[in-house]
Amino acid sequence: MPQSTPAPEMFEPLQVSERKQSTARPSLSYWQDAWRRLKDNRRALLSLYLVMGLVLFTLFGPFLWSVDPSAQDLDQVSQPPWADRHAVVVEPYRLWEGETNTSSEGSLRLAMAANTQSVRLVWPTMPKATGGYRIYRNLFPIGPQRAYGLPLGEQRQPLKTYFEDRLDLKATRYFYTVVALNQSGLETNEVRTLEVQVINAITIADALKRGLAPDEAPPQVGDTLTLALHPLGTDYLGRDMLARLMHGARVSLFIGIFAPLLYVLLGVIYGAAAGFIGGRIDAVMMRFADFVVALPFLLFMILFKIMFGIGPGESGILPMLIAMVMLSWPATSRLVRGQILQIREESYINASRLLGSSTGYLIWRHMIPNTMGVILVTITFAVPSAIFTEAFLSFIGMGVAPPTPSWGSMCNEGIKTMLTTPHELIFPALFISLTVLAFNLLGDGLRDALDARMRNTD
Amino acid sequence: MWRYTFKRLIQGLVTVWFIASATFAAMHLVPGDPLASDKAVSPEIRANLEKRYGLNEPVWRQYTIYMGNLARGDFGISFTQKNRLVNDIIREHFPVSATLGLLAVIFAALGGILWGALTALYRNQLPDFIIMFLVILGISVPSFVVAALGQLGLVSLNNLAGVNLLPVGGWGTIAHMLVPSMVLGLSTMAYLTRLMRSSMLEIVNSDFVRTAKAKGLPPPRIFTQHQLRNAVLPVITVLGPAIAAITTGGFVVELVFAIPGLGRYFVEAVQQLDYTVIMGTTVFYGAFLVFMVIAVDIVYGFVDPRVRLE
Repeated sequence: MPQSTPAPEMFEPLQVSERKQSTARPSLSYWQDAWRRLKDNRRALLSLYLVMGLVLFTLFGPFLWSVDPSAQDLDQVSQPPWADRHAVVVEPYRLWEGETNTSSEGSLRLAMAANTQSVRLVWPTMPKATGGYRIYRNLFPIGPQRAYGLPLGEQRQPLKTYFEDRLDLKATRYFYTVVALNQSGLETNEVRTLEVQVINAITIADALKRGLAPDEAPPQVGDTLTLALHPLGTDYLGRDMLARLMHGARVSLFIGIFAPLLYVLLGVIYGAAAGFIGGRIDAVMMRFADFVVALPFLLFMILFKIMFGIGPGESGILPMLIAMVMLSWPATSRLVRGQILQIREESYINASRLLGSSTGYLIWRHMIPNTMGVILVTITFAVPSAIFTEAFLSFIGMGVAPPTPSWGSMCNEGIKTMLTTPHELIFPALFISLTVLAFNLLGDGLRDALDARMRNTD
Repeated sequence: MWRYTFKRLIQGLVTVWFIASATFAAMHLVPGDPLASDKAVSPEIRANLEKRYGLNEPVWRQYTIYMGNLARGDFGISFTQKNRLVNDIIREHFPVSATLGLLAVIFAALGGILWGALTALYRNQLPDFIIMFLVILGISVPSFVVAALGQLGLVSLNNLAGVNLLPVGGWGTIAHMLVPSMVLGLSTMAYLTRLMRSSMLEIVNSDFVRTAKAKGLPPPRIFTQHQLRNAVLPVITVLGPAIAAITTGGFVVELVFAIPGLGRYFVEAVQQLDYTVIMGTTVFYGAFLVFMVIAVDIVYGFVDPRVRLE
């Protein structure tokens, strides 16, 4: 090591700025420190962005995608987002007299191109069909189990070998089956099947009514039009899924965020009062909280829901909120009371008291800030359970009243057609899961960041 | 010990009384009345009906009659099903829910302990990440979606096998119970896995494990005899609330899988405003849960000798 020789300039006085004492790290407050820790937790930060995204989706989504969530698009019912949106313009519907067929040559075929207006089937006479025919339609291939699907109707005269299907047709693939019936109307083993791809059809009048084409230049028969856009498809009444998800998010997130806020607030006040007053009143208050905890939660949610009732035209959100607040506060009040009891014995409280601070000051300045971390974590973990409760109640039909959409009621509607149109269940379920996941991860992160005692041993 | 048990039982009885009173109050505040039906009835018939059901008495009198009947274990007669006792309904449907719930609790507890121990053993390795990812999913996906997916799985399983391996719905044999109980226990299993994991990780760093290692005990023995046995204790404490969550959470699973349990019956009773069935079921469930939690607390005293039951 080279020995440093003192130079004359080393003995000059320092500049004023350099004389300031510098600390190794800036001093951080509790919240700054917690924020720093939260920022280091990538999972928690990601879920925080997700939560903010959901809130933006709910608040500003309807402005960007201003489709009425209760408007029905009857051209597109139960359409998944990947469905073909093209429709061929056709003539208005005209009655079909059918074709009488006496030859037994040929096979089951279409009398004209199949579209959503009608599917017209013609088949050759079948020798065994002494009692006529029964016509079935299935969404899936018939298969070895001979699952013909939905019975559409019967044609009891053996020579009337035609059938027109106009029942709730969708632009999809159908499997038609014609079964010959014997004299007593029982099915024989003589069967013809046909796979039909149905295309969307729209009449000129409908196209004009829906605003798909300008009035000045009405479309011609045979033209292809593009139907209204539904980015996430439509539900079983032809309502736009994206719009419904946005409006449903308002209900779900409103309940999910406000119910915990309210009952945590109630619990904090109750618990802090009990803990601070202490003695006999504390014991009575806590015993009452124990009673409320013992009430079976979901059963009483339902009881309260009926108790408050839903008037005509009401959505039923408020009764649900009140019921949830009335039943959920005791857990928080216990937690806060425990915290208050602990803090009350801390020496800084005694010190503050010695310095002459009033009770109000003590509560405001010391007790509440010191329990804030625990309270915040409780709220975050309460959000998923509130969202689940809303979804559960709406799912069993005890939640928000139709037509108000909520994620839970959308799931309830979607689950009925789970096998044929899975998107009606998948999207709301996905939103519930994502929201709950985000709040759970955020809660984990907040707990690690705010509360040293509850910190996860990861 | 006996003193503690006695005290807890008395407390439990008081709690059940509170639940019954709250149910009574809630049902009396419900708008509409049980005799209102589609058919218009003359005032005389109505008065007769009210007399038949004791609805002409003042409220406090109804309350004392109700409480007296409850004390004798009599829940009354159903309003919508003629001449059917609520006791019979509970006796018929509760065993189904209880069996389903018990299987779900066993499944959740065994699964939770096993997966939790595994994640702790393979901490920050691939099995840990995979299981913890599944756990997060299990906590975040609502029960009806899990139930629907379970049913979808059953359908595709049966399609794949070509025969009916497992029934998709209904009740009766053990094959009917398998998937519904797994679906019902899934979220609890996920919670227990998390709990077990953190409890295991805490114990890895404890003194007695270090001592066991220093003594030169074989690692599998340390794992089973020292870590696992101690880590299971916190899991047992939450079993009481878990049983509560599972038995009341059975509604959805019973609805989706068409199981004739009490939960499904309760939902039906609510839709038909069958007052006595609603009250009976709520009080019965409440009492069941209260005594379940007490039982778990007492059992905990036996399992962990450090806990003094006072």
